[in-house]
Amino acid sequence: MAILKFENLKMHYKTKKGYVKAVDGISFELESGESLGIVGESGCGKTSVSMTLLRILPENAHFMGGHVWFNDDGNMIDLVSLSEEQMRHYRWKGISMVFQAAMNSLNPVYRVGDQIVEAILNHYPETPIDEAKSKVAKLFELVTLDPKRMDQYPHQYSGGMKQRAVIALSLACDPKVIIADEPTTALDVIVQDKILREMKKIQKELNMAMIYISHDIAVIAEVSDKIAVMYAGKFVEQADATTVFKRPMHPYTFLLMNAFPSHVGEKKKLFTIPGEPPDLLNPPIGCRFAPRCPWATDKCRTDEPEYKEIEKGHFLACWHPLTEEVRQNEFRK
Amino acid sequence: MSSENKVLLEVKNLKKFFPAERALFSKVKHFVHAVDDVSFEIKQGESLGLVGESGCGKTTTGRMVVRLESPTDGTIEVLGKSVEDYDRMEYHSMVQMIFQDPYESLNPRMTIFDIIAEPLNIHNVGTLEEREEKVAQLLQEVGLTPPDSFLWRYPHELSGGQRQRVAIARALILNPKLIVADEPTSMLDVSVRTGVMHLMMELQKSHGMSYLYITHDLAVARYMVNRIAVMYLGKIVEMAETEELLHHPMHPYTRALMDAVPVPDPDYKRSEPNIIGNISVPIDPPPICRFYDRCPFKEEKCKIDPHPELKEVSSGHFVACYPVQEGKIK
Repeated sequence: MAILKFENLKMHYKTKKGYVKAVDGISFELESGESLGIVGESGCGKTSVSMTLLRILPENAHFMGGHVWFNDDGNMIDLVSLSEEQMRHYRWKGISMVFQAAMNSLNPVYRVGDQIVEAILNHYPETPIDEAKSKVAKLFELVTLDPKRMDQYPHQYSGGMKQRAVIALSLACDPKVIIADEPTTALDVIVQDKILREMKKIQKELNMAMIYISHDIAVIAEVSDKIAVMYAGKFVEQADATTVFKRPMHPYTFLLMNAFPSHVGEKKKLFTIPGEPPDLLNPPIGCRFAPRCPWATDKCRTDEPEYKEIEKGHFLACWHPLTEEVRQNEFRK
Repeated sequence: MSSENKVLLEVKNLKKFFPAERALFSKVKHFVHAVDDVSFEIKQGESLGLVGESGCGKTTTGRMVVRLESPTDGTIEVLGKSVEDYDRMEYHSMVQMIFQDPYESLNPRMTIFDIIAEPLNIHNVGTLEEREEKVAQLLQEVGLTPPDSFLWRYPHELSGGQRQRVAIARALILNPKLIVADEPTSMLDVSVRTGVMHLMMELQKSHGMSYLYITHDLAVARYMVNRIAVMYLGKIVEMAETEELLHHPMHPYTRALMDAVPVPDPDYKRSEPNIIGNISVPIDPPPICRFYDRCPFKEEKCKIDPHPELKEVSSGHFVACYPVQEGKIK
């Protein structure tokens, strides 16, 4: 049974100018031990998905429908319907998060070790302090930080070390699901490589479900079992990683994957996507990608395609899925 | 000699040391060797990429080339004449810069026309009508069309990609021979980024200028430049033609860097980068090889001898590493 299930979730931000449709009907399922990568460009709503999951939303956020089912030892709980008090029970123990810009998510005036101990004691108040401390020491070892550094302050850490500490913090209460939102964006590649390797290893060891959120397609390619491509508040395609890269059927997926340069292999043609992402206050009617899509027809500009499973594990929302022939032709042009 | 082969920019033994933090009343001064003895040249119409991690000195090098910083030591020559001997105005009509962040580099109180035409004002080129015409023509060239709909707008009305196009137009308006581009696409979204990359490549062809392209991203550099120089803690450790460097990296650092960059292909298995420890800040570094502490191939010689010179190991491929130069690592 799935550990997490999004069912047509809608979360909009209310502004003076109207509703910003940041998350507009998102559905997916995640199993234990599985990793889902969500790729999309800035402003497509991918961070809002993670904030929705943890329910750490600003005051102007409104749920407009749908469910987030979380598997609590066999009982499916709808996180959307919980009160704030009930939600606290699942936050960090059930689902935790590695935040974007991890360097800023540690409190500068507390020792790093104490911050993680605090998280444990908050959720398991009956834990003896020595036990909590030895747990933190173990977590430090898991993320390859020297446990001696528990008594240091964040400013004594390098960027990569802070990121590791934040990962240790996310693991503190043995969560079942971890969301990593741009976990390595601010880091140099050699440090990024180490962190990604560690995260993959830990995920396997602890059999956790992971959601990686990033704009960096190469990072997503390496860490995800399956990938969801998000555009203007919606998923447009979702499938296993290889399918998304090798046989994408949504034009946006295809163009995005081939707009990303690689430093190895043959030097391939780089695709450009014309235009700019839409404003989520007034998204285009019909298919949201239609105004930028080279294959769009009149139908695309009026009718919205349904997001549905077209083959096992492959979801798509497009009126004119790309065939292998079309894809090959694009490279020859 | 055709103009294609003429040396446009020649940088020799360039150094920039910044004073490091020191304790109150302490007289001992320490220096961060941000750029330490860097030499390279760019021929007319050719582009060079400076690639490295943050803190390697690539941006400082670029800023010295556009005279935003003055070197601690060393020389910069453009068309055989030292930058010191150029009049500042004359120099900047030849060398321009594009900055990383298009949200910071455009004055929010100026219209797009004013921003792009400002160099013409400063250099007192043309009448108002001529300037308007020139700006409109450039807007067209950088893909902001129709130009009339952009001329009187302000930066906040434009997206990141459009702003970077404005910054490119501004850099181009004096017809420079060299553009120093500091991570011009790293703040842009993927879908918009390729457009700006293509634009820069096309403009290079049509205007025949050169780029000194500064980036941390080897994959982007691959599409933008003819040659790549890899920097590590203030030194160029390897320099070669782009494809040669990517297919036959020789310096241990370049190899590690290549292995560390994620590949947008889920079926590709990267080998683990072979490198020790973490990057440090080069405060008063010892005179030996900068990479010594992190190098998995180090030898006795590396510990004793001065930092290795860049030597041509194969045709056009320069490496600063003793074991590589002696043929000990392949």
